[in-house]
Amino acid sequence: MYRYDEFDHAFVKARVAELADQVERRLAGEITEDQFKPLRLMNGVYLQLHAYMLRIAIPYGTLSSRQMRMLAHIARRYDKGYGHFTTRQNIQFNWPALSDIPAILDELASVEMHAIQTSGNCIRNVTADHFAGAAADEVADPRPYAEILRQWSSVHPEFSFLPRKFKIAVTGADRDRAAIQVHDIGLHLKKNGKGELGFAVYVGGGQGRTPMVAKKIRDFLPEEDLLSYTTAIMRVYNLNGRRDNKYKARIKILVHETGVGELTRQVEAEFEALKDGELKLPETDIRAIERYFAPPDLPERPEGWAELAASRKDDAAFAAWLRRNVNDHWHPDYASVTISLKGIGEIPGDASDAQMDAIADLAQELAFDEIRVSHEQNLILPHVARADLRLVFERLVEIGLATANAGLVTDIIACPGLDYCALANARSIPVAQEISRRLGDQQRQEEIGDLKIKISGCINACGHHHVGHIGILGVEKKGTELYQITLGGSGDENTTIGEIVGRGFAPDEITDAIETVVETYLGLRQDSAETFLSAYRRVGALPFKEALYGSSATAA
Amino acid sequence: MKILTANRLIDGEAVWLAADHSWAETIHAADIARDDATVEKLERAGRAALCKNEVVDVNLIDIEIANGEIRPLRLRERIRAAGPTTHPLFGKQARPGISIAA
Repeated sequence: MYRYDEFDHAFVKARVAELADQVERRLAGEITEDQFKPLRLMNGVYLQLHAYMLRIAIPYGTLSSRQMRMLAHIARRYDKGYGHFTTRQNIQFNWPALSDIPAILDELASVEMHAIQTSGNCIRNVTADHFAGAAADEVADPRPYAEILRQWSSVHPEFSFLPRKFKIAVTGADRDRAAIQVHDIGLHLKKNGKGELGFAVYVGGGQGRTPMVAKKIRDFLPEEDLLSYTTAIMRVYNLNGRRDNKYKARIKILVHETGVGELTRQVEAEFEALKDGELKLPETDIRAIERYFAPPDLPERPEGWAELAASRKDDAAFAAWLRRNVNDHWHPDYASVTISLKGIGEIPGDASDAQMDAIADLAQELAFDEIRVSHEQNLILPHVARADLRLVFERLVEIGLATANAGLVTDIIACPGLDYCALANARSIPVAQEISRRLGDQQRQEEIGDLKIKISGCINACGHHHVGHIGILGVEKKGTELYQITLGGSGDENTTIGEIVGRGFAPDEITDAIETVVETYLGLRQDSAETFLSAYRRVGALPFKEALYGSSATAA
Repeated sequence: MKILTANRLIDGEAVWLAADHSWAETIHAADIARDDATVEKLERAGRAALCKNEVVDVNLIDIEIANGEIRPLRLRERIRAAGPTTHPLFGKQARPGISIAA
């Protein structure tokens, strides 16, 4: 994985010292909150309902064991013994004191981590496929390009005060596991007819109060042009993006209001002026960054196949875990493991300090020292020998993280919601917990099959409800929580925005409503191979509306 | 009825203005304004505390008295007063005498 050079170390240390000085001056009363707030936000420090919150960047979701141990240490020493992994592949701590933030950032810097640009109107943490560098279906590892974008965008003087925040995601496989079409810029790494690497470029996707699917403005951008083209997009946005209305300031609105054709023309014109300049990526530089992401040396371990076949037969729990939480690796003797942070009835994305330490040990001993955070709020061990899967499973059982539900109905994304967030209108986590308990029987979940539920506690959509196969949006109505259901959303290579199905449900009704939707699907699917999403796309919303509200209500 | 709430600058702890103008860590100690003059007094105290950099995010909130105790009308404020409903051992609800938000 990428290692800091001298410049990186000096840069991050200088930034920690700068914030330490700012915190000191704030606590001494030398600067006001209005002056301090933008400074703390640039370093990932929010103020929430109960305390400050620190959001730490995990670039493209990649962590080493040493870094995971540091996160466990921070949870233990400065927080309440847990951390919350987010949909931006980051981690948030919910209880740090402002006076401790400089010490936390100093400790993070010692393991090459920071919280820079995890907030503010700048380019945020670049996300990538969590199976990057391991997936069997990958054309190439997208992370070197995410790292190039990270280096280029870090305190970029021109793009540090954009009209609004800006999110970029990169995937290296046709199957999009990074939700690139709901990003400001989505990059799909691919090869052209000559076998050269480049990107399909998508612009103007996003969720929030105005969800939009990104538009493809380039079918193939040569890799050497990555920074020139991205800069061209950023310049067009920075110049023309709306600054008069926060709710219309994202690039998706600019794309929508300008029109794809005209926006593409503007970007291409800007690119024409830039493409042969200093931003052109030399082949040697790309390959140098790529070397940081070279896969580990994976020795042949063919014995795993026979061992798995045997133990699959005599252990139903292990067999279920193999079915759901193990993904094919490009090396046939290896696999990628999803560590579900969605235990039945547990809080999506939370991990205790002890669990983080245990995962770090596991990664170091059995997974080549590498851990990923998925945007679906799970952790991944990307390189595990099939011969070691049994051992990994048993170790996960010991720490309560062996739930076999990846991609199933209880693998729910939920934002922190009103339990923590100052912006939220309703709680998300308790809704996720109750649905999980209701539908958590293993046999029933597997019978239901692939089904993504995503829950947001406000219209900002941090819980990605717009692209949930079943989405739940919490709102406040007359002082109480109310939950709207959307159906048919999807955040993959065929991205769609879910449709609101009807009036909302009270907190004590929402789990029943979700169960009704699930049961309706089971009743109308053609066979068990027809997933919820396929069935919805075939039949539309009507049968679900009738089941939820009655046929007279839908006729009215 | 209204009370004044904020977060303490140094650690972000949710606090409420008490009658002695100190910032209490539990909502039960909050000074209740039952008329416009007292609301104004609370607001003045809040502005002064902001200037002294004791607290941030100062807000007046609506409350009622239920079973003899202060109960904010909005769930958001009830959660601030008690702690996250998902972690009943964390936040103020871990202290004696503070009930879980509902």
